[in-house]
Amino acid sequence: MKKSIISLIAIFAVFMSIKLHAAQVIKIDGSSTVYPITEAVAEEFQKAEKGKIKVTVGISGTGGGFKKLCNGETDISNASRPIKPSEVELCKKKGIDYIEIPVAYDGIAILANPKNNWVDYLTVKELKKIWEPEAQVKITKWNQIRPTWPDKEIHLFGAGVDSGTYDYFTEAIVGKEHSSRGDFTSSEDDNVLVQGIATDSLALGFFGVAYYEYNKDKLKLVPIDDQNDSNGKGPILPEYDNVVKGAYQPLSRPIFIYVNKKSADKPEIQRFIDFYMKNGGQLSKEVGYVALPALAYELGFKRFEKRITGSVFGGHGSQVGVKIEELLQRE
Amino acid sequence: MDRKLLNKWIDRAFYIIGLSVTLIGVVILLTLILDIFVDGVSRLGWQFLTSYPSRKPEEAGILSAWVGTLWIILLTGLIAFPLGVMAGIYLEEYAKKTWLSNLIEINIANLAGVPSIIYGLLGLGLFVRALAFDRSVIAGAATLAILVLPIIILSTREALRAVPFSIREASYALGATRWQTIQSQVLPAAMPGILTGTILAMSRAIGETAPLITIGALTYVAFLPTSPISSEFPYITIQGLFDAFSVLPIQIFNWVSRPQKGFFEDAAAGIIVLLIITFIMNGIAVWLRHRYQKKVRW
Repeated sequence: MKKSIISLIAIFAVFMSIKLHAAQVIKIDGSSTVYPITEAVAEEFQKAEKGKIKVTVGISGTGGGFKKLCNGETDISNASRPIKPSEVELCKKKGIDYIEIPVAYDGIAILANPKNNWVDYLTVKELKKIWEPEAQVKITKWNQIRPTWPDKEIHLFGAGVDSGTYDYFTEAIVGKEHSSRGDFTSSEDDNVLVQGIATDSLALGFFGVAYYEYNKDKLKLVPIDDQNDSNGKGPILPEYDNVVKGAYQPLSRPIFIYVNKKSADKPEIQRFIDFYMKNGGQLSKEVGYVALPALAYELGFKRFEKRITGSVFGGHGSQVGVKIEELLQRE
Repeated sequence: MDRKLLNKWIDRAFYIIGLSVTLIGVVILLTLILDIFVDGVSRLGWQFLTSYPSRKPEEAGILSAWVGTLWIILLTGLIAFPLGVMAGIYLEEYAKKTWLSNLIEINIANLAGVPSIIYGLLGLGLFVRALAFDRSVIAGAATLAILVLPIIILSTREALRAVPFSIREASYALGATRWQTIQSQVLPAAMPGILTGTILAMSRAIGETAPLITIGALTYVAFLPTSPISSEFPYITIQGLFDAFSVLPIQIFNWVSRPQKGFFEDAAAGIIVLLIITFIMNGIAVWLRHRYQKKVRW
C-alpha cells in the first residue's frame, strides 16, 4: 500500500515536471462576439512569428471568460462588455489585476422582414415601449407602436439573455441591464434569428450588425432615431461612418480584451498585444466589425505599456453612448 | 374462406407498415447525409484536412480538430476499456452479493443516465483544477472516459452473463482456477459483446461537445499536440498529453454560428469527416467482433 502511494506521487511529480517545459502558449478565452477578431489576430500573429509562439482561443462567453481570467487560468479574456462589479470583486479576491483594452466597435442592428413596407424608422422611445418588461403581453400589435401602422401582430426576436449583446441592448433601450419582456424568441445563435426574421413578415428583432452584413438580401435594416440631434439628426443606420462618429447611438458599443497584469510582463504577450493594436483595426473590418479610430489603438497600447489596471467604466458593466478615445484620454 | 383471406390481408398490411416504419429511420439518415454532402463536398479535400482554422472560410481547415478528436478517442479508449472491463468482471464473477456491491450496481446504472454536462463539471473540478492537468488532452480524455465507463461496465456484465454457466462448470471440472476460467473461457466468449458495447460507447464519446466545452476545450488551436516520439533524449515524451486541443464537434459548432456562408460549407465538410471517422470506428468494431466470434468454438 505504501509503495503504491509513493509510486503514485512519483508519477504525479514526473507529470508536473514535464508540464514546466511547456512551450510558450498564450491562452485566450471569453466572448463569442469578440472571438472572430481575436481569431483573425491570432492567425496572422502565428504566421508572423513562424509558429514560435502558440495562441489558443476558446469561447466561454464574456462572463465565463472573466471567471477564468480571475482564476488565473488565462492570459487574456475577450469581453463584449466592460467588467461588472461581481467580477471585479472575484478578481480582487484572487489577487488578479487586469488591463482593459478596447479592440473594436460592434453595432447592434434592428431588423425587420423585407416584406414589411411600413417600418421606415424607429425611435429609441418606441423601442423601449416594445421591449420594456411592462410591454409583456400588452404590446402585441404594430399599430400600438404607431397608430398609422397596420393592425397586425408583432413577432419579436432577440439575442440570448446570457449574451453581452442582450445586456447592452437592454441597458441602452430599456435603461436597465438584463431587464426586458420575456415573451420573445431568443437564441444564442444569431443565425437562428436571421432565419426567423427572414421567414416571418411580421418580425422585428436585434442582433450584431455583422450578421446583417452577410444576409442583406433576406433582411430589412431599420434606422434608429435617438431624438438627440447633437450626435446626428433623424433616423440613422448602423453604417461604418455612423458607428465611428458615434452617430449610431445608443446601439453601438466598444468591445474589449482584458489582459492579466502578471501575464503582461511576458515577452510573448507584449509582442501579441503590440501586434493586436497594430493590425486589430484592419482585421476587425475584415471579419465584419467596425474598427476604432487609429488614436484609440495607440492609447490602448500606451495603457498596456504603462500597465494601467482597472476599467475606464469604473467596473459597473455596460455603459451607453461612449466614445472610446475620449474615455482613454481622460486618464 | 373469407376469414382466411382477411387474415392474409392483415398479414400483408402489417408487413408493409412494419417495413415503412423501419425505413423511416433509414430515409431520414440518408436525407441528412445527402443534404450535408451537397453542402460540404466542395470543401472536402487535402487542403481542408491539412489546414488550421482561419478567418477566411476558403482557407480554413480541420487539422487541429480531427487530430484532437483522434487523440481524445484513442486515450479515452485506453483509459476506459481496461477499467470498465475489469470492473465488469469483478462485479459479475467475483463480487459477493453484499450491500456494498448492490450500492455500486445501483450507482453504475444511475451514472449511465446522468447528462454529459455533469461529467464536464466533474472533469473541470477534478482533472483540470484539483489534479492540475489544465485544459489538456489528458483532462478531456479522462473526462470522456468517466462518461463512457458505466456503459462499458454494463455491456461487459451483459456479455459475461450471456456465457452459459455450463462452460464455467466444465472448466472448473478440469481443474482450472477461477482466473484461468475467466481468462481462457469466459472472456474470449464474451469479447464480441464487450467490444460492441465499448465501440458504441466510444461513438457516443466522439460526438460529445458539452463536457469538453465545460472543461475548456478550445475553439481556435493552430498547432498539434506534441508527438509522443521526439528527436531529443529520451526520445519518448508524454508532453502531448498536456497540450491544448480542439475537437471536431466544437469546430463544427463554431462554424455553424458564424455569419459567413462559407463557414456553413466548412461545417458541412467537417460533419462529413466526423461521420467517416464514426463509420470507420464502427467498421473496426464489426471486424473485431467477427474475428473473436470465429475463435470461440465449443
